[in-house]
Amino acid sequence: MFKAFKNPTLALIGLAIFGLGINFGFNDYIQLTVLFIMVNCILAMSLNLVNGYTGQFSLGHAGFMAIGSYFTAYSSTHWNIFPANLQFISAFLFIVGGGLLAAIAGFIVGLPSLRLKGDYLAIVTLGFGEIIRVALLNMDFLGGPRGYANIPSLGSFLSSYLFASLWILICLFTIWRVMQSSYGRGFLSVREDEIAAESMGVDTTKMKVRAFVMSSFFAGIAGSLFAHFTSFINPSSFTYLQSINAVIMVVLGGMGSLSGSIVAAIFITAFPEILRPLQELTHVDLRMVIYSLTLILMMILRPKGIFGELEITDVWRKYVRRSA
Amino acid sequence: MQDFVQHLINGISLGSIYALIALGYTMVYGILKMINFAHSDVYMVGAFASYYVARWLGIDSNPSIGTLIILLLTSMFFCSLLGLLIERLAYRPLRNSPKLNILITAIGVSLFLEYGGQVVFGADPKVFPDVMKDFVLFSGAGIELTSFDITVLIVSILAMFALDFLIYKTKLGKAMRAVSSNPSVASLMGVNPDRIISFTFIVGSALAGVGSVLVGMKYPKIDPLMGMMIGLKAFVAAVLGGIGSISGAVLGALIMGLSEEMVVAYLSSTYRDALAFGILIVILIFKPAGILGKYSVEKV
Repeated sequence: MFKAFKNPTLALIGLAIFGLGINFGFNDYIQLTVLFIMVNCILAMSLNLVNGYTGQFSLGHAGFMAIGSYFTAYSSTHWNIFPANLQFISAFLFIVGGGLLAAIAGFIVGLPSLRLKGDYLAIVTLGFGEIIRVALLNMDFLGGPRGYANIPSLGSFLSSYLFASLWILICLFTIWRVMQSSYGRGFLSVREDEIAAESMGVDTTKMKVRAFVMSSFFAGIAGSLFAHFTSFINPSSFTYLQSINAVIMVVLGGMGSLSGSIVAAIFITAFPEILRPLQELTHVDLRMVIYSLTLILMMILRPKGIFGELEITDVWRKYVRRSA
Repeated sequence: MQDFVQHLINGISLGSIYALIALGYTMVYGILKMINFAHSDVYMVGAFASYYVARWLGIDSNPSIGTLIILLLTSMFFCSLLGLLIERLAYRPLRNSPKLNILITAIGVSLFLEYGGQVVFGADPKVFPDVMKDFVLFSGAGIELTSFDITVLIVSILAMFALDFLIYKTKLGKAMRAVSSNPSVASLMGVNPDRIISFTFIVGSALAGVGSVLVGMKYPKIDPLMGMMIGLKAFVAAVLGGIGSISGAVLGALIMGLSEEMVVAYLSSTYRDALAFGILIVILIFKPAGILGKYSVEKV
């Protein structure tokens, strides 16, 4: 029992020390970027569960993110169940609630559409993502196209950061443990060969739906955190482009590599900020051009992504330890 | 009732534009079993090519049949060229890789064209040249037939007949059908599959070029992201009719156009875009092969 919590606790302490450094060493702009990186990490890891480990191609991740985000926005402005000094508990509960609502949506979406394969699945999930967005546009009590403003933040940078790190670790270790379990083997078998998996007694549709629901849950969590960090959301924050962004992170990092997703999320979020001076120089947005070109070249030259299916620890063992 | 007939006419006109684009999806799917996400952006490039050529030739405010023909040819030419390039540079190196990789590449090409288009053409919308004068050809009983609707119908029907002739009456078409049903056997019979696949891309893209001029004529505002929505709808049309089937694509597109027109007329225009996806989801759940498609069992 204690052993299982050793690594997460160590990681949390490590992240907390890093956060303290950022809290005192850098300005608001960098701090906000760090928070967005953390949101994108959760998003990329959760999408990796579907796109990487289970081998299904989902393009509707932004929709689930939107659901989580709007739930948190609505609940944290309308429901006051805890006194002010216990806001953290309610924030935590609302974030979990956003995740659960997204998971329910994931179940409803996944059950019929996961019987489809490949290209069709991509289009259907894209369609569901768009339908969720259009539905949000038409819901007046959620602000419709005007968006939802004045979402309370989670306090100072440090508390937001700790909240996000907690969720990153929950996401990372949950997915990690699941992938080591028999469910995880089931997910992998669906990716490797669906027909063989089916003949071995794996209920492939059930496996896919499980992966999808779990992935939607964490996407909802990412959306909830996003809502708290930006304090303003509107349906156009969750377009098809946001889903594509998550896909790019997964593909770039390596389909089936959690550390790859994290590295790619950091890179993809920080890169445009680094490029900002260049963009002001040329007055055009070259970001998406570079991403899409990377995507094409990646598929042609290194189809498994930067890390492939390896984790960063495997890379360490393979190349660094051996030479010692 | 008069309204209904008017909506019917508009819907058919919209549907025939969707059909032109849906044909490109369905042809490429039939031969390569992949969804060419970049097809809708080829269509966008066609619209911009004709915009620039019209300005270069100085016929951008000179509406006549001649302008229409010149722009159609220009757009077809540039679209085919682009389709050929995409196939050569992006899809051919991945011919034997897993489907997921091809799908990601297609999305990559599509994004590249959209955002590259924003860099090259500028993100602000442009006004498409005046191709024809819009006037009422026939009016009576509260129904109006405009010259645009007639032109759209005539051009698209001509294009579809040409395609039909090409596929079912020529040797090249026979080769295309052969590669689509079994590429390795076709290559044993002396057909070069690579060349046929390139040719398919050329033909499909040329049809998208025709579509782009017709859309530009009807809704004269073009921007680099214009292909996204119409491409998705055309794709839905192709799936609805049974992807891989030529007549299915036309049928699906007409159903799409009509239902969209009716939703906008009798419900609300905000649901216009959600409708396409709604149709897609329903058709994929209840009849994944589409209306005219054949259902095939995967063999091991």
